[in-house]
Amino acid sequence: MAATTGERRYRDSAVGRILAWFASTLKLMARNRVGFAGFLVVSTIVLVTFIGPVFLPSEVPVNVEEIYETPTLSHPLGTDSEGKDVLLQIINGGRPILTIGFLAAAISTTIAVTLGSLGGFVGGRVDTGFTWLADMVLTIPQLPLLAVLAGVLRLNSKITVAALIGVLFWPTLMRATRAQVLSLKERDYVESARALGLGTPHIVFREIAPNMAGYIAINFTLAVTASMYAVVGLTLLGLVPLSEDNWGVMINLAWTRGAIFSKDSVFYIMSPIAAIALFQLGLVAMNRSLSEIFDPRLRRGA
Amino acid sequence: MKALITIFVMASLTFFLVRLMPGSPVEAYIANLVTQYNVSHENAKAQAASLFSLDLNAPVYQQYLEYLGNLMRGDLGESLVTRGVPVSEIVLAYLPWTLFSIGTALIISFSLGIMLGMLMAYKRETKLDHILTNLGSIVSSIPDYLMGILILVWVGVQWELIDVTNMRGSLSPGIQPGLNLTFIGDAFYHASLPILTYVLGTIGLWMLTMRGSTESTLGEDYVTVAKARGLKERRIATAYVGRNAALPPFTQLSISIALVFGGSLLIEWIFVYEGLGYLLYNAIQQRDYPVMQGVFLIITTMVIVANLLADLLYSRLDPRIRVAGRD
Repeated sequence: MAATTGERRYRDSAVGRILAWFASTLKLMARNRVGFAGFLVVSTIVLVTFIGPVFLPSEVPVNVEEIYETPTLSHPLGTDSEGKDVLLQIINGGRPILTIGFLAAAISTTIAVTLGSLGGFVGGRVDTGFTWLADMVLTIPQLPLLAVLAGVLRLNSKITVAALIGVLFWPTLMRATRAQVLSLKERDYVESARALGLGTPHIVFREIAPNMAGYIAINFTLAVTASMYAVVGLTLLGLVPLSEDNWGVMINLAWTRGAIFSKDSVFYIMSPIAAIALFQLGLVAMNRSLSEIFDPRLRRGA
Repeated sequence: MKALITIFVMASLTFFLVRLMPGSPVEAYIANLVTQYNVSHENAKAQAASLFSLDLNAPVYQQYLEYLGNLMRGDLGESLVTRGVPVSEIVLAYLPWTLFSIGTALIISFSLGIMLGMLMAYKRETKLDHILTNLGSIVSSIPDYLMGILILVWVGVQWELIDVTNMRGSLSPGIQPGLNLTFIGDAFYHASLPILTYVLGTIGLWMLTMRGSTESTLGEDYVTVAKARGLKERRIATAYVGRNAALPPFTQLSISIALVFGGSLLIEWIFVYEGLGYLLYNAIQQRDYPVMQGVFLIITTMVIVANLLADLLYSRLDPRIRVAGRD
């Protein structure tokens, strides 16, 4: 008796609920092996690059006597052209790229979901206008436009870069959201909610939105990969002068210092490439689990 | 119509960026002439005006109209770096190489991707299917330019299989364009690495979409009927399944065109392939604004034209669209 009340109290507290939700989500994640592996890779990279730098010196020491060393115990990924430890640079260099990626994805997802659901729900001229705009933005070659903007304006703030990317990458998700809303709008439970006189806000937020959550979450991760494609591309070309060390700058330096064409520096070039590729692969793999969580029909018999 | 409006919006955007932004290229250019070369402000302004083909004394709206008028006539101004050379001339010299490499790559990757996707659907749940599905999702999630760098680093530098420095540029020195084997062979030789990168970057998408659409087409009634009628397996696969299943990947094609053209900026930079992307990169580095503006507008126009072509082809492939388009 006492145990059940205790348990209930534990479940009712906010922390308990979050923990319980977390545990059940993890359990669902683990059902799909590829998806779970992706989730582990992504969370490891996020944790290491966001928390790691707190414990590490922000300036990686230069050592001219250890240039392009192959991996040893003290330098697990070798050293670069100035004898700086590559592993330290990798840990320090993830945060700026990931921050811009997540920020830009948040911006583009917000625009896409707002315009898509408004257009789908309201219909008429609003819908036509938004679809038009989406079709137009979709034909803009994004990377060249960003490069030209970077050439004319000075893009040295992360927020500006993220905003510019976010403003360009929403159309695909917007079209998908719109289609989703159009089909959900006609479902029986939405019609009955309408018949009950439950008002537009209730229908949008309580009936339609929860059914799109999974879809939006998956597309958010795809938006992160797309935004990272753009940021890394721009930093690689040296067009976004981000001052800190980051993965894109590392590849750019490998290029300008000629490390790409030297046989000794494989580890220096491969490390940032591997970090970016692993993170992208992890996100895409994680989607397999995400889609199972949100669409129980996809789950295989447990 | 939509296409024309997009080009118009992009043209206006570049005009206002170059002309009106605080510390805009035009102002910067004038200021530079005045301080560095002791040119009087009036003369500097006149020089800038002829370079950007703008009348700087006229009100902004008039400049804007004139700029649009010049664009219609194909006048994109003159390069700041190589003086006196019209931007349109420079752009036209680089354009064919980008069109050639991207066009060839898309044809190869689309047809190969479709065939592999069908193969995967026919052999679904076999080992071959699993391997190809995983390969497809791996190549489609790694950025294409990283694959380009990987090719350069491993094939070119570490294993020394090919001489990448020799493959730079769009043609070997001394080779004249013409309809002969040496020229065509040389063009393919220089374009081969960019083409390989574009193919790797796009093929995964076609494979996976085609696999999915073939799988659902195989369950359609008309396929069952065709089988019941005793048609040859090969004919069913091409005329019944393939033709219908290829439609979804084809719609993806028009979406990817903008991405591939955009990606050429990095791919051409990596392999030093002298196309529009390479030109754009150099123009940005040298702050050659008229060239930047011109290349950007041409890339946008190319993407839009390619999209229109894809739409036209789609209506040839799918009779339902053709009928709908008529009324």
